[in-house]
Amino acid sequence: MVLVLALGDLHIPHRAADLPPKFKSMLVPGKIQHIICTGNLCIKEVQDYLKTLCPDLHITRGEYDEETRYPETKTLTIGQFKLGLCHGHQVIPWGDLDSLAMLQRQLDVDILVTGHTHQFTAYKHEGGVVINPGSATGAYSSMTYDVNPSFVLMDIDGLRVVVYVYELIDGEVKVDKIDFKKTAATTHSAH
Amino acid sequence: MIADGVEDEEKWLAAGIAGLQQNAFYMHRALDSNNLRDALKYSAQMLSELRTSRLSPHKYYELYMRAFDELRKLEVFFKEEARRGCSIVDLYELVQHAGNILPRLYLLCTVGSVYIKSKEAPAKDVLKDLVEMCRGIQHPVRGLFLRSYLAQVSRDKLPDIGSEYEGDADTVVDAVEFVLQNFTEMNKLWVRMQHQGPAREKEKREKERSELRDLVGKNLHVLSQIEGIDLDMYKDTVLPRVLEQVVNCKDEIAQYYLMDCIIQVFPDEYHLQTLDVLLGAFPQLQPAVDIKTVLSRLMERLSNYAASSADVLPEFLQVEAFAKLNNAIGKVIEAQPDMPILGVITLYSSLLTFTLHVHPDRLDYADQVLGACVNKLSSKGKLEDNKATKQIVALLSAPLDKYNDIVTALKLSNYPRVLEYLDSETNKVMATVIIQSIMKNKTRVSTADRVEALFELIKGLIKDLDGGAHDEVDEDDFKEEQNSVARLIQLLHNDDPEEMFKIICTVRKHILGGGPKRLPFTVPPLVFSSLKLVRQLQGQEENPFGEEDSTTPKKIFQLLNQIVETLCNIPAPELALQLYLQCAEAANDCDLEPVAYEFFTQAYILYEEEISDSRAQITAIHLIIGTLQRMHVFGVENRDTLTHKATGYSAKLLKKPDQCRAVYACSHLFWVDDQDNVKDGERVLLCLKRALRIANAAQQMSNAARGSAGSVTLFVEILNKYLYFFEKGNPQINVAAIQSLLELVTTEMQSDSSTPDPAADAFFASTLRYIEFQKQKGGAVGEKYEPIKA
Repeated sequence: MVLVLALGDLHIPHRAADLPPKFKSMLVPGKIQHIICTGNLCIKEVQDYLKTLCPDLHITRGEYDEETRYPETKTLTIGQFKLGLCHGHQVIPWGDLDSLAMLQRQLDVDILVTGHTHQFTAYKHEGGVVINPGSATGAYSSMTYDVNPSFVLMDIDGLRVVVYVYELIDGEVKVDKIDFKKTAATTHSAH
Repeated sequence: MIADGVEDEEKWLAAGIAGLQQNAFYMHRALDSNNLRDALKYSAQMLSELRTSRLSPHKYYELYMRAFDELRKLEVFFKEEARRGCSIVDLYELVQHAGNILPRLYLLCTVGSVYIKSKEAPAKDVLKDLVEMCRGIQHPVRGLFLRSYLAQVSRDKLPDIGSEYEGDADTVVDAVEFVLQNFTEMNKLWVRMQHQGPAREKEKREKERSELRDLVGKNLHVLSQIEGIDLDMYKDTVLPRVLEQVVNCKDEIAQYYLMDCIIQVFPDEYHLQTLDVLLGAFPQLQPAVDIKTVLSRLMERLSNYAASSADVLPEFLQVEAFAKLNNAIGKVIEAQPDMPILGVITLYSSLLTFTLHVHPDRLDYADQVLGACVNKLSSKGKLEDNKATKQIVALLSAPLDKYNDIVTALKLSNYPRVLEYLDSETNKVMATVIIQSIMKNKTRVSTADRVEALFELIKGLIKDLDGGAHDEVDEDDFKEEQNSVARLIQLLHNDDPEEMFKIICTVRKHILGGGPKRLPFTVPPLVFSSLKLVRQLQGQEENPFGEEDSTTPKKIFQLLNQIVETLCNIPAPELALQLYLQCAEAANDCDLEPVAYEFFTQAYILYEEEISDSRAQITAIHLIIGTLQRMHVFGVENRDTLTHKATGYSAKLLKKPDQCRAVYACSHLFWVDDQDNVKDGERVLLCLKRALRIANAAQQMSNAARGSAGSVTLFVEILNKYLYFFEKGNPQINVAAIQSLLELVTTEMQSDSSTPDPAADAFFASTLRYIEFQKQKGGAVGEKYEPIKA
C-alpha cells in the first residue's frame, strides 16, 4: 500500500492565507510516501511545509510560482503505475478532457494529474485516468465559481489504485472514493 | 591566597566537628546514666564549638546542625527529668551557671522549650525572657544562628488561637510580639554585618549576608502562619512594625529582600487592603534598592490573584488598586529621574499586565498606562537600548495576547504613539507580532477605519520608514515579511460590498507607498480580493434605483486597471500580464466587452514591449490563448483582431517547436465547443496546416544543422489535434487528411535519418491504440473511425 498525496493550486499568499485548519490537522508527516503537486504553491514556504510531510516531493511549474525552475511536466513510476504531472495552463483548452488525454498519451502514463481549473475531477478513459485535485485552499479561480478546498490521496496497491478525494464543504470534510484497475501492463514495442 | 583560606576553613570545621562529636559522646554517656551534672557539663563544652569566629556562615551552618541534633536528645532527657520530678524551674536556673554565654543561652532555650511545654509558667513569660536574654550575643553570625534556634524550638509553642498554649494571659498578641522582637533583633544583627571588616572585603561580606538572609526571612514566614493574625491585626500591628524596621535599617540588601519577602509571604487580600501603607514605604527606601523589581512582583502577584477567581475583582475596585499603583509608580519614577528607561518600561509593562487582568474591560486604564509610558519616552527620544526595546515589544504584545483581538487593541489611542519611539527594525518586529496575532486568532478586520488603523500600526512593513539608505535587509527575511503582509490582506473582508470596496481602497492607498520592491508581493492579493468582490456583485441584480455612487463591477475594474498598472513601472511585466488576463476574464463574466478588450490590449502591449525572455513568452502565450479561447463577450471584429495578434505572436516565438505548438494551440481559438458561432472549421485547418509546415521546417533545419532529422514528436502532436477536431465534427478534417498524416509519421519514423526517440515512439503507439479503441466503441464514433487504417 503506497499513499500518494496529490494537491495543488494553493496560491499562497496571493489568493489564500493558508491551508484550511481541518486539512492541516489531517496531513501528518510520516504517513504519506509521495507527494505530487500540480503547481502554483506559490512561495517557498509552502514547498518547505510540504517537504516536512514527506521528503519525496514532486512539483511542476504553475504560472504564479515563485520558483521558476520547476519542470513543465514530470513523470514518475510508483509501483505498477506510471504517473504524469503537469500544471495544466499549457494544455489548451483549459480543463478540456480530450486535450488532457492527448497529453496523457504523449507522456505515456496511466495516471495524469493536472490542475489550473481549481475544480476536482477524476475521469477514466481507455488510456487511463485523468485527475485534477482541485485547489487545496479553495483559492479564487477565473474558471470555477465557488471553489471548495480539495485534495486527493491515492492508494496504489498492485494493479489497483483507489482515489480518495477530500473536499471541505460548508466547514465539513467530505470524502469520496473511486476505484481504478489497470489491465496487466503491456509492453509498448517501439517502431 | 583564597584557596589557602578555604583550606583552613575546612580544617577548622573538621576540628570543630571533631570536638563537638567527642563532647557529644560523653554527654550521651552521662544521659544514659542519668547524670545531670555531667550532661550539662559536656553539653556546654560541646556548644562551645559554636563560639568560633573562624567559619563562614555556610560552614558554621554545618556545625550548627550537628549541635542542633544533639540538643534534641538533650531536650528529651530534660523532659524525662521533669517527669521524674525534677523541677523545671530549678533546671532553668541551673543551666544559667554555664561558664560561657553562648552555650548558656542555647541550653536555656532548650530548657525553655520544655518549660513552656510543662505549662508551669505562661508561655509568654518564658518567651519574653528568652528573646531578651539572647541580646547577650551581639556577634552577627552567632547571634543569628542562636535566634534562629530560638525561633525553631518555639515555633510550635506559640500561644496562637486554638493552640494549647493559649490562655487568659497568653494570647496571640503575645505570640506576635515575640516573633516581631526576634525578627527586629535578627535584622539588626544582619545589617550590622555589612559594616564589619575592611572595605575591600565588602563583596565577600555581601555574599555571606545573602547566605543568611533566609534566617531573617523565616520570621516573617512564621508570622504568616499564625492563625490568630487577622486582617486588622496585620494592618494595625504586624505590617507597621515590620515596615518600620525595614525602613529604619537603611540597608539596601535588607530592604530589597524583606520587601519582597513581605509580598511573597502574606496573602494577596491583605496586600490589597494595605496597599496604601505598602506602597507608601517604597519612596522611603534607599535609592539603590531595585524597587521596580519588587513593585513588578507585587503587581504580578495581584494579577495572578485577580486571574484566580472573578469573585475577588470587586475588591480591587473597592480599594482603587489601579489608581494607587499608578500613582506609586509615578512617584517612584519621579523620585529617580536617572532610572534607566528599561526600568521605566518594565514598571509600566507590569502595570499594564495587571490592568489587563484586573480590569479587562477598562480600555481607558490600559490606554492611560500606555500614555504615561509615552510621556516618559518622549523625553528620551528614540530608543537605543536593546533590552528596553524588547520590553516595549513585550509591553505592546500584552494587549494583543489578552484581547486576542487586534480590533480591541486598535482602540487604544496611545498604542500607535508608543510605536513611534521604536526604531524601524523594532517597528517591523512589532508589525510582525501584530500580523501573527491576527493570523493566529483569525481576527476579522472588517471595516475600512480599522484597516486604516491597522495599516498605520504595521507601517514598518508597508514602507520604508527612515526614508533613506538603511542597512542591508536579508532577502529571505524581506520576502517572509512581505508574504505575511500578503496573507494579512486575505483576511480583510466585509460581506457588505460598499464597505469591502472602501477596504480595498484603503489597502491600495497604503501599499502604493511601498515602493517597487514591495508591490509584487502586495498587489496580487489586493487584485484577487477585488476580483472576488466583482464576482460577488455579479451575482446581485443591478439595482436601477441604486445610488450613483454605489459600487459596481465597472468601478472596481477601473480601480484594478490602476492597481495593475503600478506593476508595469517596476518592472514586473509577466505578473502584470497575468493579472490583466485575470481581469479580462472577470470582465468577460460581467459582459463588459470594452473593459475586457482594454485589459487584453494592456496585456498585449506588455507582451510586445516588455516580455523578451523566451520562456516567459511561451508561458504568456499559453495564458493569452487559453484566456482568449474562453472569451464569449467579444464581437466578431474584436475577437478577430485579438486572435490574429495571438497567432502572430505564436508564429514569431524563437524556437520552431515552440512556434509549432503555440500555433496549433491557436487552432482552438477558432473552435469553441459551447459557442456555436465560433466553429470555423476552415481556419482551424489552416492553423493545423501552418503548424505542419513549421514542423517540417523544423525537421529540415535539424537536418541541415545536425545532419539528422529531429524527433517526430511534433508530427504526432499535430496528428492528435487532427483527431481531436475530427471527432468534434469539423467538416474540413476528413479521413484522407488523417490517413496521409499517419503515413507521414510512419515514414519519418522509419527513415534512416531520423533520431530514434522512444518517447515519440510510445506516443505514436498510444495514439494508434486510441484510434483502435475509438473504432471498438461502436456507434457513431466507431463508424467515424472505421475507415482509418493504422
